[in-house]
Amino acid sequence: MSDVSQTHASLAPSSAQKFRQRFLPFLVFGAILLLIPMTDPSRTMYALMHQMAIYIVFALAYNMLLGKGGMLSFGHAVYFGFGGYLCMHAMNWIEDGGVWGAFPTFFLPVLGFVGGAVSAVVIGSFSTKRSGTTFAMISLGVAELIFAGAFMFDSLFGGEQGISGDRMNGPEVFGLSMGPQSDIYWFMAFWTILSVIAMYAFTRTPLGRLSEAVRDNPQRVEFIGYNPQRVRWLVFSISGGFAGLAGGMSAVNYEIFTPEALSLIPSGFVLIMAYVGGITYFAGPIMGAVLLTYMSSMMSDFTEAWLLYLGLMFVLIVMYAPRGIAGIVFGFWDGIRGANSAELLRKWAVQLLGCLLMLIGLIILVEVSVRWSNGWGEAFEPFGLHFTHADIVTWIAIFVPIVAGGYVLRLATREKEEMPA
Amino acid sequence: MTLRKTAILAAATSVIAMSAASAETVKMAFIDPLSGPMGPSGEAAYTSFQLAAEHINEDGGVNGNMIEVTGYDNKVNPKESLVQLQKAIDDGARYIFQGNGSSVAAALIDAIDKHNSRNPGEEVLFFNYAAVTPAFTNELCSFWHFRFDAHADMKMAAITDWIAERDEIKSVYLIGQDYVFGEAVAAAAESMLSEKRPDIEIVGNELHPLAKVKDFTPYIQKIISSGADAVITGNWGADMQLLMKAAAESGSDIPYLTFYGGSKGAVSSLGEGAIDRLYQVTEGITNLEASDEQYALIEEYKERFPDYDYYYHRAFNAMRMFKAAAEKAGSVDPIPVAKALEGLTIDEAYGGQVTMRAEDHQAQQNLYISTVAKVGDGVTYGVDNVDYGWKLVEGGSIDAASAEQPTTCEMERPE
Amino acid sequence: METIVFALLNGVIYGLLLFMLSSGLTLIFSMMGVLNFAHASFYMLGAYFAYTIMGATSFWLALFIAPILVGLVGAVVERYGLRKVHANGHVAELLFTFGLAYLIEEIVKIVYGKTAVDYKIPSLLDFPAFTIYGASFPAYRMFMLFIAIGMLVGLWFLLKKTRAGLIIQAALTHPHMVGHLGHNVPLIFMTVFGIGCALAGLAGVIAGNIFVTDPAMAVLMGPIVFVVVVVGGIGSLEGAFLASILIGLLQNFAVGISASFADIFWFTGLSPTSEIGDITVSSLAPVLPFLLLVLMLIFRPRGLMGEQEL
Repeated sequence: MSDVSQTHASLAPSSAQKFRQRFLPFLVFGAILLLIPMTDPSRTMYALMHQMAIYIVFALAYNMLLGKGGMLSFGHAVYFGFGGYLCMHAMNWIEDGGVWGAFPTFFLPVLGFVGGAVSAVVIGSFSTKRSGTTFAMISLGVAELIFAGAFMFDSLFGGEQGISGDRMNGPEVFGLSMGPQSDIYWFMAFWTILSVIAMYAFTRTPLGRLSEAVRDNPQRVEFIGYNPQRVRWLVFSISGGFAGLAGGMSAVNYEIFTPEALSLIPSGFVLIMAYVGGITYFAGPIMGAVLLTYMSSMMSDFTEAWLLYLGLMFVLIVMYAPRGIAGIVFGFWDGIRGANSAELLRKWAVQLLGCLLMLIGLIILVEVSVRWSNGWGEAFEPFGLHFTHADIVTWIAIFVPIVAGGYVLRLATREKEEMPA
Repeated sequence: MTLRKTAILAAATSVIAMSAASAETVKMAFIDPLSGPMGPSGEAAYTSFQLAAEHINEDGGVNGNMIEVTGYDNKVNPKESLVQLQKAIDDGARYIFQGNGSSVAAALIDAIDKHNSRNPGEEVLFFNYAAVTPAFTNELCSFWHFRFDAHADMKMAAITDWIAERDEIKSVYLIGQDYVFGEAVAAAAESMLSEKRPDIEIVGNELHPLAKVKDFTPYIQKIISSGADAVITGNWGADMQLLMKAAAESGSDIPYLTFYGGSKGAVSSLGEGAIDRLYQVTEGITNLEASDEQYALIEEYKERFPDYDYYYHRAFNAMRMFKAAAEKAGSVDPIPVAKALEGLTIDEAYGGQVTMRAEDHQAQQNLYISTVAKVGDGVTYGVDNVDYGWKLVEGGSIDAASAEQPTTCEMERPE
Repeated sequence: METIVFALLNGVIYGLLLFMLSSGLTLIFSMMGVLNFAHASFYMLGAYFAYTIMGATSFWLALFIAPILVGLVGAVVERYGLRKVHANGHVAELLFTFGLAYLIEEIVKIVYGKTAVDYKIPSLLDFPAFTIYGASFPAYRMFMLFIAIGMLVGLWFLLKKTRAGLIIQAALTHPHMVGHLGHNVPLIFMTVFGIGCALAGLAGVIAGNIFVTDPAMAVLMGPIVFVVVVVGGIGSLEGAFLASILIGLLQNFAVGISASFADIFWFTGLSPTSEIGDITVSSLAPVLPFLLLVLMLIFRPRGLMGEQEL
């Protein structure tokens, strides 16, 4: 009871802390973005980074709902899609000239934001009346409805073929012709930085704070005189807007939008991205977006089973690390700076060893199965080793690490239980 | 989501790779579905291209260069195809093969036009082996696009010529997939029938969602109750197989005139009922008279890929034409090859010739209407691993000249 | 007339099939509050298991063994997966089943390949049952009808006439009370989850060969089953039954109607060549269930027969 005298002022972070926590990460992020083109990336690298940029914005927008607002949506790609489609149409209007001819394609994401936000306002007007599972169900139903309905209105959605356009029209801004990938890089960097800052700033506004309160305890929010439904609706609309902005970025990048962009598949992907990254941290979805985009385009070159690994990772994170990768990273960071860091490090090393052992066995199992299933008589040959499904050595190499890893992990958990709480 | 299935040919190519390490490898990308409901359609064609490339490599390659065909899975999705196209170009591919889905082909034509204008010196060519919407060699034609399959109007001309001779057909039902291609087929059928046989009544014109219908029974019931004497459909892939499955179940004996009756599974789902009921129009069938070499190829294909049948004859034609063009041009670079391809004529394995018409890049070739018959009954090669195969129908051989259609194409050619 | 008869027959069969799937989902949802996203994946597993068992033995054995296997898989998932994430709340549970659906699909792709397997109708049932209006009605569809009705009766008997059924019914609405009365609620949950999955598996066994058995079958079926559960109302098997039949009929009737919007709304002067006028009722079929869902959630959130608001 010695800290009764503590005032709010003394709890407030010092200006140095503020700088470190609120501004430094953005400066570092911005600096990295500026430095990347100096390494003269290949076209593949550019394509990958552009995809990451789109998903960073989309995943952050999504997390505004799930992480901050507690609304689990299975259909957020709808707003991404509406934003993107509006931009595609605008791109074609720009090409046709007239009043639109003066609109630079560089600023199309603004329209994307408008498109996403307007559609979210309309749909949110009824879907945000409830939260939790009901909201999730409505989001799913609306997404399926719009996806199926999109094929009926060809002039809006282009049918199976989608809508395509050419981004190299309209006036140039910042000396960017928008043709080559390196020009698009600056476009992506600009909009990513802007949206990340805007979305971070949003978490600091009263509305952002209220949305967290609504997530945790809507009744109490009502007691203090706010309408939780209205808060959810507002947050939903803004989140839809940023999703639309990401859609606009995507429209400029790919110059095509198809109804699949509205379907449950991208909606599910962004959910996995945000959750794997860690929904309780602002930076979580960014990490998730970068990691998953990388995985989806690079890992698919190494293994056919990458979706299985992805699913496995997602399920394991839901089960054992609900705070996601960001939770693990920040937990580790706090741990090594904490008091008994040596003890923690030892524990983590043991856990890591267990996980790695199990992972090795699992990877061999999956890879050998994939090749066996393809039926082309191919063997899994990592680092000059040779595994085939008919070989007993393979099965030893699968089960020994899994059992050993499981044992190590069990040991580690038992130790933890024995430690005084 | 690349699928590097080069493993199929690992044994063969590794030997060749050693002997020809010094020469340049001509990289070709195959962008089509390799998984999902339409996966088998893509894989059957992919294996055909692989085998064709292998044969060319065994004969010393193209101008001494080896050919490598790599598969990229696009899930029949236009946007995914563009991502895969980007990847293929980054991997060094200068020739793109695609065929499943006209919506995908349209997106690729557009994207390749843009790529070629934005990246001079890095041009890529698009060899379309099966997307048959007529517009691609008419109003949407492009210098970078070559089509090795007869387009929908040519095939429909063959079908309607055949129908015109059959007085017992008085009403026709049209069913197709709801996208550009399905619409093009329906439109062609309507206009050509009204011209050739104005007395025929079109009793139904149905478009169903692409690759989404699981049970065609309600559609079949509609067809039966319409009292149609024949059905014309452009369905392909799973939509073809399921349509036939439901038709077989209903026990009706209406003939189905199809573009893709040869799709995997269509014959086996009808079984004996396919005889004189399932018809297709193609650029060749395995049971035509041909050289021993062609028969050997058909048998080799079946032996290597027992899941599939030798169906994509045009894949082999495309590769042979590419080789001929590259040799004529003395180069494997896209622009000289494209120019050499224009107007190029090669001999066809089933007799006759294939010509790549210069004005619209549309291959002109003989077409054959065939129906299903039991093996032994004039049929040597069965399909779908059942004892039924395709047999030429009477008057079913249509020469290239009568299948030829005018074009409205006005393309811009590079210097 | 023939269109009506056939749409009725096929609609009822499809509806009963939906009920086979949704009954399990409703039980699980009402009792545990978990909307099992992977429910349709168990339906897919049923079809694949049956395909394997049929290859080794016969269809009739598969008809019994496959659902039991699926039920066991379900019970294991509940015991070692779902129960673990239960502490983290319903959203975590929902996410877990969402991930599970992903995982099952990928495993199926590896084990059975990415394309459809040739799961055939048993030759014993491969004949036309009767012919009306020139089209024959396959015997296998009649068989599906009988299996579905058999399941309906069996489930009704289990729930209404047995002690276990009474406990389950009680746990549907008052799980805490049931726990206080000394029943082992986790065991009940596991059993119900297993039975629900087994029912889905049974649906897969009898539907996989008439539709297509491929890795996409779960994704295609999943959302429709959700619609049924929500439209039917939480905690109400009767509601799920009504909703299943309603959606089955709705979809089959819609396909049979070629009229376009222009024909229906002729009085508004809608042009048949305009984009809206051109839409036919048959092309609306895939949209209807979701339209129903959204309308239901807006205007009657407790569903057709539900007792509590969702």
